[in-house]
Amino acid sequence: MTRFIPLREAILAGAIFALLMMIATRFAGFVAPSNLANVFNDTAPLIILALGQMVVILTRCIDLSVAANLALTGMAVAMINVAMPGLPIPVILAIAITLGAIMGAINGILVWKLAIPPIVVTLGTMTIFRGIIFLISDGKWVNAHEMSPAFTGFARTVLLGLPVLSWIAILTVVIFGIMMARTPFGRSIFAVGGNPHAAVYTGINVGKTQFWAFVVSGALAGLTGYLWVARYAVAYVDIAGGFELEVVAACVIGGISIAGGIGSVGGAVLGALFLGVVKNALPVVNISPFWQLAISGSAILIAVAFNARSGRTKGRIILKSAETAQ
Amino acid sequence: MTTRTAASTSPNDTPIVSMDMITKTFPGVKALDQVKLDLYPGQVTALVGENGAGKSTTVKILTGIYVPDGGTIRINGDAIAFASPNEAAAAGITAIHQETVLFDELSVAENIYIGHAPRTRFGLIDKAAMHRAATKLLDDIGAPFSAHTPLRDLGIANKHLVAIARALSVDARVVIMDEPTAALSHKEIEELYALVETLKSQGKAILFISHKFDEIFRIADRYTVFRDGAFVGDGKIADISEGDLVKMMVGRSVDQIFPTRSHDVGEEVLKIVGYDHPTEFADINFTLNRGEILGFYGLVGAGRSEFMQALFGITKPAKGVCRINGDIKVIRSPADAVGNGIVYVPEDRGKQGAIIGLPIFQNITLPSLGKTSRNGFLKLAEEFKLAREYSQRLDLRAASLDQDVGNLSGGNQQKVVIAKWLATLPQVIILDEPTKGIDIGSKAAVHEFMAELAAQGLSVIMVSSEIPEVIGMSDRVIVMRDGRIAAELAGDDLTPETLVRHAAGISTPTKGAAA
Repeated sequence: MTRFIPLREAILAGAIFALLMMIATRFAGFVAPSNLANVFNDTAPLIILALGQMVVILTRCIDLSVAANLALTGMAVAMINVAMPGLPIPVILAIAITLGAIMGAINGILVWKLAIPPIVVTLGTMTIFRGIIFLISDGKWVNAHEMSPAFTGFARTVLLGLPVLSWIAILTVVIFGIMMARTPFGRSIFAVGGNPHAAVYTGINVGKTQFWAFVVSGALAGLTGYLWVARYAVAYVDIAGGFELEVVAACVIGGISIAGGIGSVGGAVLGALFLGVVKNALPVVNISPFWQLAISGSAILIAVAFNARSGRTKGRIILKSAETAQ
Repeated sequence: MTTRTAASTSPNDTPIVSMDMITKTFPGVKALDQVKLDLYPGQVTALVGENGAGKSTTVKILTGIYVPDGGTIRINGDAIAFASPNEAAAAGITAIHQETVLFDELSVAENIYIGHAPRTRFGLIDKAAMHRAATKLLDDIGAPFSAHTPLRDLGIANKHLVAIARALSVDARVVIMDEPTAALSHKEIEELYALVETLKSQGKAILFISHKFDEIFRIADRYTVFRDGAFVGDGKIADISEGDLVKMMVGRSVDQIFPTRSHDVGEEVLKIVGYDHPTEFADINFTLNRGEILGFYGLVGAGRSEFMQALFGITKPAKGVCRINGDIKVIRSPADAVGNGIVYVPEDRGKQGAIIGLPIFQNITLPSLGKTSRNGFLKLAEEFKLAREYSQRLDLRAASLDQDVGNLSGGNQQKVVIAKWLATLPQVIILDEPTKGIDIGSKAAVHEFMAELAAQGLSVIMVSSEIPEVIGMSDRVIVMRDGRIAAELAGDDLTPETLVRHAAGISTPTKGAAA
């Protein structure tokens, strides 16, 4: 984590670069700066969610409810916007983050206090959140013409050449970089995932740390919920359906160990970018979108196999001379 | 020392298993360098060596888990190469591990016969035959439970019996016991010895790995010594003294000498009044003074660790008062304990172990993050300063504090863990079985270090089951039995006999009647 360019991240960055070069040979326009900016903007929600998921996975948990959380928050803020078109955007943002955090806290409480396995908890809440969207919306869509221009315009406003959506993703990356490296919370996230038993004796409350990880993940899902609905200018029950798997995939490709304790902000971001490039490039180079699934799947397997190899223990050092020599 | 003659015709002088010139190399490291080991029928061979001597690697080669890079293994004279654990098992070699590898959710009979259960004509498991055979095996070894018992209902000692029954069920000729007594109480160990005698009388060759010399001299017939992955010597136990064996093992003479401590016990630091737990312990009262080493002795299951966990805030006592420096402190969580200057180094090595994935300096500063951060942000410079200070104090050998702790050797990882605790500037340190399962050389270093900590004014609570250590290190000893304090001993009262008597609840001094 403290190395300047960890090997795993460097290899992944190299893979993305190679991928871009290959695409460029068939369609040079793809690597034009303006198009790359579009790809980044398109990948921004995935990056934000992957960072939240990374925190959860590092603590040996998983959050399958992020996409449902995103959809529910998106629907809620869209309906609030319809009811109160004059509500300023910062208030909308605050509501979205709070709603998302509350849903994350529900996951966290169930994991912490009732000790239910996270995969079960979030599978349950995922379904519940989707159900609630149907209940509050009656299954109806909230369409672009019902939303206020300020509401839909915010995410697309261009600042210094990039849309706000991209800037929010960049800001999130910076905040998480600092949080993971330079705060006691970030450190305890790694400790809890690395060796929960030792963490307990160190005075770290493992359950509480996992709870806050879910709150963080939920808050980011809520934030993304608003951005998503604003960007696509539509809210309905099924938005971002199945997106949670893409988020987990980004983390796994980025080298976040599903067993917890190992991973980095850079890895999560690169994992998301890799998927983003694949997704955007395939239609351009005339490969059927169906291949996208196969390529994402292969990338996951290759990444996991690669990480398992690099993580393999090197054998115990037994000879005294070898120990002093190292 | 007598030497065996290869031409001898007596069956007991011809090894069943003979390993010769066995070499095993891991990337960059030679774990075994041309070692030899012979196992004889009806005899117990003790494999002796410090931690890292290559004992575990040898066991793994014998049981087919590792394939040696060189050398030969002969069974009854035939050279053989195991490609898998199954082949080793088929050759009649079976191992009973330190932590038994059995299945909690299956019954005893199913555990004994898993993988080779008797079949009916249709290829299904013949449950009736399996239970009959298992019952007979259990009777033979005097197991006090039925073949139908779910394994999860058994204690560790009885699980060992199941493992032994399993070994017998495959008609093993060679039984490997890797520190089988590590987790057993005194009475259970006696039962295990009796079982070893039974196995011997059935002509099995037994490889016995242990760190306890009294055990080795009690039940072994032969010994083989490894040091740093190389063969040092072998022979008959009757022909060697304890001191000579230790010398062979460590390559130098190490006496069980404990550091002398100038007695400068200060004022009261910790006072525990009336700690009660509904099921684990009751009525615990004691005081601990500055610079004192207070031993906690008792048989396994006497409630010592359970009480320590309550003291540390991991489990909550039903009632009781904890005073630190005279003030009542409520400890509800480990964080409270650490905040009040109590730290706990638990028994389980995996649990107390370092956090792999974090670099060395982050491991050391983990409980002290309050000290190394300003306004909620960690100061790397402060972290390195703290980590450097304590790693130097403990003579930690690492290329850089930025290095991943997983790349350190076991001994250096342990130093990281201790440095982590010292950096919190504790007043009371609880060491739960601090030298369990480590070799004599490292033990002396740990003892030295404990004495040093006490001399610096730290109060030490040492939970230990090793009588020499308890007597050699402690200023006072509290003996626990069945969750209560049975005695508090110091000075002339502190003898091996009084300890065992109080721990076992024997009123009159009768030597060796702990059962």
